[in-house]
Amino acid sequence: MDPTSVALLAKDIGGGLATIGVAGAGVGIGNLFGAFVSSVGRNPAARDVMFRDVLLGFALTEAVALYALVIALVILFA
Amino acid sequence: MAGPSIDALGQFQLTTGLGPLGRAVDFTNSNEAMLAVAVIIVALFVMGLKQKAVVPGRVQALVEILYEFVHNMCVDTIGEGGLRYFPLVFTLFSFILIGNLVGLFPYFFAFTSHIAVTLTLALFVFVFTTGVGFYTHGFKFLKFFVPSGVPVWLLPLLVPIEIISYLARPVSLSVRLFANMTAGHVMWEVFAGFMLLLTASFGIFGAFASIIPLGLNVALVALELLVACLQAYVFAILTCLYLHDAVHMH
Repeated sequence: MDPTSVALLAKDIGGGLATIGVAGAGVGIGNLFGAFVSSVGRNPAARDVMFRDVLLGFALTEAVALYALVIALVILFA
Repeated sequence: MAGPSIDALGQFQLTTGLGPLGRAVDFTNSNEAMLAVAVIIVALFVMGLKQKAVVPGRVQALVEILYEFVHNMCVDTIGEGGLRYFPLVFTLFSFILIGNLVGLFPYFFAFTSHIAVTLTLALFVFVFTTGVGFYTHGFKFLKFFVPSGVPVWLLPLLVPIEIISYLARPVSLSVRLFANMTAGHVMWEVFAGFMLLLTASFGIFGAFASIIPLGLNVALVALELLVACLQAYVFAILTCLYLHDAVHMH
């Protein structure tokens, strides 16, 4: 294989590896909503107040996954 | 590879708008979108507040809900004296919200999907909150970087960490908004590209099968609507939190 195609191959593999970070965000979002469901089970009256914080936490956690995506995009296209 | 290919990032290409005049002053389609958003916001508020009815109509109710939402956010999050910063937070919130929402429409440009735009907004917030901190507390604001109630021998470790996390604020604030909007638009583009690829590879069967990516795209529209509103909210509430830190120092 010539060096250019090796570089292209390595680029694709690197882009794929960069998306592993999304697993952590998956754990985080699952944890967040799991805790939300169990706390609503204990105190259903507080659902609306808690849901606002859950949405904020969801957005913050999801953003962490997107950092990995940005790295992958930078590797692939920049 | 022959046939259609997926050009995921082509949609964020800047082009000049407004003909020769725009080319002379580098007026891009991103600037056009910003101008349109500013006009939409002002028009919405002029329309909504024209009648000032006791029982509001639809537009007036929308405007009042937006106003009260941000108003409550300022009062609750910044705490005492938070209303001084309400105009800033409300401007940022409505600009980003309407910008995100307008960017969701086909053929409209999502200017929040450019890191240059979001970094400018985030740096403005960063410089402003730091300025508020020094204006309110003078040089005592530097005590913000010294966490209270920790042993003295830990301070050489903790103070650099505090400073680094403070300096990381504009980065995380801007990359969060930019990455969310970019990721959503890229996903749309990729799934739409799947439809073309399927049709090109499998003919009529591919065209039938491409109802799956189409359905996914429809579901993604709902998710992106949520994300567009949520990211504007997150940007605004983080601005409020930073202002709270600057005003109250903890």
